[in-house]
Amino acid sequence: MLIPHPLLGPRDAQEFTYLGDASLIDRPDWQGEDAAAAFHDYLYQRDNPAGLHRELWFHEQGDRSWLVVTRNTLTHEIMGAELARDVARARGRGK
Amino acid sequence: MSELRPITALGADAPRRDTIGTVTITEVDDRAIASVASRAGKGKAFEKAAKTLFGIAPPQPGRWDGGADYALIWTGPDQWFAEAPLATHEDIATLIKAGLGDTASVTEQTGGWCAFELSGGAVGAVMERLVPVDAARMQAGHATRSFAEHMGVIVICREAGRRFTLMAPRSFAGSLHHALGAVARSVA
Repeated sequence: MLIPHPLLGPRDAQEFTYLGDASLIDRPDWQGEDAAAAFHDYLYQRDNPAGLHRELWFHEQGDRSWLVVTRNTLTHEIMGAELARDVARARGRGK
Repeated sequence: MSELRPITALGADAPRRDTIGTVTITEVDDRAIASVASRAGKGKAFEKAAKTLFGIAPPQPGRWDGGADYALIWTGPDQWFAEAPLATHEDIATLIKAGLGDTASVTEQTGGWCAFELSGGAVGAVMERLVPVDAARMQAGHATRSFAEHMGVIVICREAGRRFTLMAPRSFAGSLHHALGAVARSVA
């Protein structure tokens, strides 16, 4: 399996490790009033559709960047990969 | 004071050199290394300072470039390895930090890595058995991090198809040297 790295082009999947769903980027505010409920949902509630998934992959044996990989679990097609930091910044995270 | 003498990554007095078939494996022990990471929000100032200090612009992803003293290898977003001759740049991190100031974070790496140069006609066949990157398409000036036999390595192409440098954490020197020899014998 090849993962299309946004900076380095197609790379062997063996170079990567998998973390989990890309929604892990949206970590709730731990000081929020509903923090307990928000963290319960953040940790335990996950949709598991047959089809499109957005997931966090780590290029551990490579440039050590985090990617958001979009893939289809029915066809195993990989639609694309973005740098997770770009995704996070687009959602207003970081500076 | 004890009598101390430097040893190479393989533990000998002099760098090891093996020729197997048409492939020559040479231990590289004369390079000083430091990692250079440009700091958040300082990208422009870093590029300017880096050009002045290194004489070259920091290379793009998947590339390396060499100036008069220094070579820069892209290792990750906003991060490079700087290489220079050990004889003149033994305190490489201090030298680089002085040149880049607060635009970059610099970490000494010289004692942390080992390097082997592969050269010769069958190097392409060795590389395709060794690393999961398409080394046959790498040109001089290409460099990337990958792995060989479960060891993380930096693959640097010096001359397309004929000359590569592999860097690995120094404690893997014996294992990487063994792997290189095994692959070279299998294609010899």
